[in-house]
Amino acid sequence: MDKRVTFANLWLASALIAPQLLLVFVFFYWPASQAVYWAFTTQPPFGGGNEWIGFENFRAIFTDRVYWNSVSVSLIFSALTTALSLSMGLLMALLVDRRLKGYSVYRFLYFWPYAIAAPAVGLAFRFIFAPEAGILSAINTFYPNLWNPALKGGDALALIVFANSWKMVAYNFIFFLAGLQSIPRSLIEAAALDGASVVRRVRDIQLPLLAPTFFFLLMVNITESFVDSFGIVDITTGGGPARATDIMVYKIFSDGFKGLDYSMAAAQSLVLMFLVISLTFIQFRFVERRIHYT
Amino acid sequence: MIERTPLLNALTHFLLLIALVLSILPIYIVFVASTHDLQTVNKVPMPLWPGDHMFENYQYVWNKAKFGEKLLNSLIVATAVTIGKITIAALSAYSIVYFRYRFRMFFFWLIFITLMLPLEVRIVPTYAVAADVLQPFRLIFEGLGFAIALPEINLLNTYAGLILPLVATATGTFLYRQFFMTIPDELAEAAKMDGAGPWRFLIDILLPLSRTNMAALATIMFVYAWNQYLWPLLITTNPARATATMYLQKLVPGPAFGQPPVWNEAMAGTLLVMAPPLLVVIFMQRWFVRGLISTDK
Repeated sequence: MDKRVTFANLWLASALIAPQLLLVFVFFYWPASQAVYWAFTTQPPFGGGNEWIGFENFRAIFTDRVYWNSVSVSLIFSALTTALSLSMGLLMALLVDRRLKGYSVYRFLYFWPYAIAAPAVGLAFRFIFAPEAGILSAINTFYPNLWNPALKGGDALALIVFANSWKMVAYNFIFFLAGLQSIPRSLIEAAALDGASVVRRVRDIQLPLLAPTFFFLLMVNITESFVDSFGIVDITTGGGPARATDIMVYKIFSDGFKGLDYSMAAAQSLVLMFLVISLTFIQFRFVERRIHYT
Repeated sequence: MIERTPLLNALTHFLLLIALVLSILPIYIVFVASTHDLQTVNKVPMPLWPGDHMFENYQYVWNKAKFGEKLLNSLIVATAVTIGKITIAALSAYSIVYFRYRFRMFFFWLIFITLMLPLEVRIVPTYAVAADVLQPFRLIFEGLGFAIALPEINLLNTYAGLILPLVATATGTFLYRQFFMTIPDELAEAAKMDGAGPWRFLIDILLPLSRTNMAALATIMFVYAWNQYLWPLLITTNPARATATMYLQKLVPGPAFGQPPVWNEAMAGTLLVMAPPLLVVIFMQRWFVRGLISTDK
């Protein structure tokens, strides 16, 4: 793994790596350690240094019903978007990979949504699914108040699930297609000569060989829905109505910057960090080993 | 491959078309909504054909809502993040791959681990650091018993504050490292034999060879930086430093207020925010896909 030929100038080597290490220290390790420190301390009401209180902050959030609500909203949101965007992305990739006439046009257009900023996606979907204007409001003229994400929690959750999935489908499509294209064409052709139908080839060759891509995307999608969905939630629902879309990242933001309770926000950050790190860890340890590439 | 499956082909085409409509229709609706006047856009259902108020809507957003300024800010931030990332990542990867010193692998892991925790989950303390960048050093010096008065440098409402935390991740370093590892040793050997020093080797040989990597990294970093929302939202209170993506929320009243937004103007703003990264992706498609797949995997 190491290079056989290397340079000896140590000063230069340290100068080259210094900017990156400095940035990483100031904007990554220091804040991360601060989060740990704050999570175990509390700020006295009349100023002064932080007081060590052990696991008190964690006890407080884990006995808080509002927090558990946000955890369960996150889990539901994550499960729904991941399932929806993975299955759609996979289907689209399989269809495009059949390489029928015009497939390159589809390949070109399908990943546009991924380029779009989360709040822009959120705003677009908020308009399309608005109860009083846009497209979906048409059903309200027939069945008044059937659809209203501003008042109904379920509708609001559906709205952010659609918006986030729309963006992630494009991402998953890119990866699934790349995975399909790395399957040797000769394998598919040999199966076709043996009389395997298209569906049979998908089931017995393409899907099993896509397993590594699939598990990789599974982890990325879960992480992404925990972390990156802030922009969509903030601009479409603002965590409401009645905390029906109050996902964990959003709650950290509102507790920390609207409620100005740094200790609580830090404790919640730590829980989320732990979740995200475990997912990454699972991906590295477990998935990468068990699944064999061709 | 020649195969006759007419029924399946018809189904494939049909599904491909539906997926296409689902992927592109939202973008189209945003465009259509941005070309109507307020009355038409609030009709139920909204017309699906562009209207003739496009010019005034965009003019309003550009001038009155001062979106031009915000777009410029976004452009500055995204470009700076892209350039900063490409440079810093190349240098650090070069140091890790082409020099041999004791903490090399330790440094690599130190940088690599940052991939695991996105900015969003450590947002509160990162904000505190941005408000006083030298704070970590001051506290460390204090802890060590030195009394050095370091000035307070506040990065809130500055370009540096918008840019630096986004540069501080490992995406690029990892990509460059992978690429440098594939470069044959003979190249460095030959360069050394011809008397080239480490700088010379980097500038004349390694960087020209990494051009495709740079293009891939540049496209994804630009899109990534342009689309940042939470971080700019936190650290800019001064509208003169706001980025376009973050400023979108000013175009609509928050969801908590009952008042319906002025949709045609909001959609014009949305389209302006969507357009630049979309154009980058459209014109640099090959690099973008390549960058995405090689950095994430």
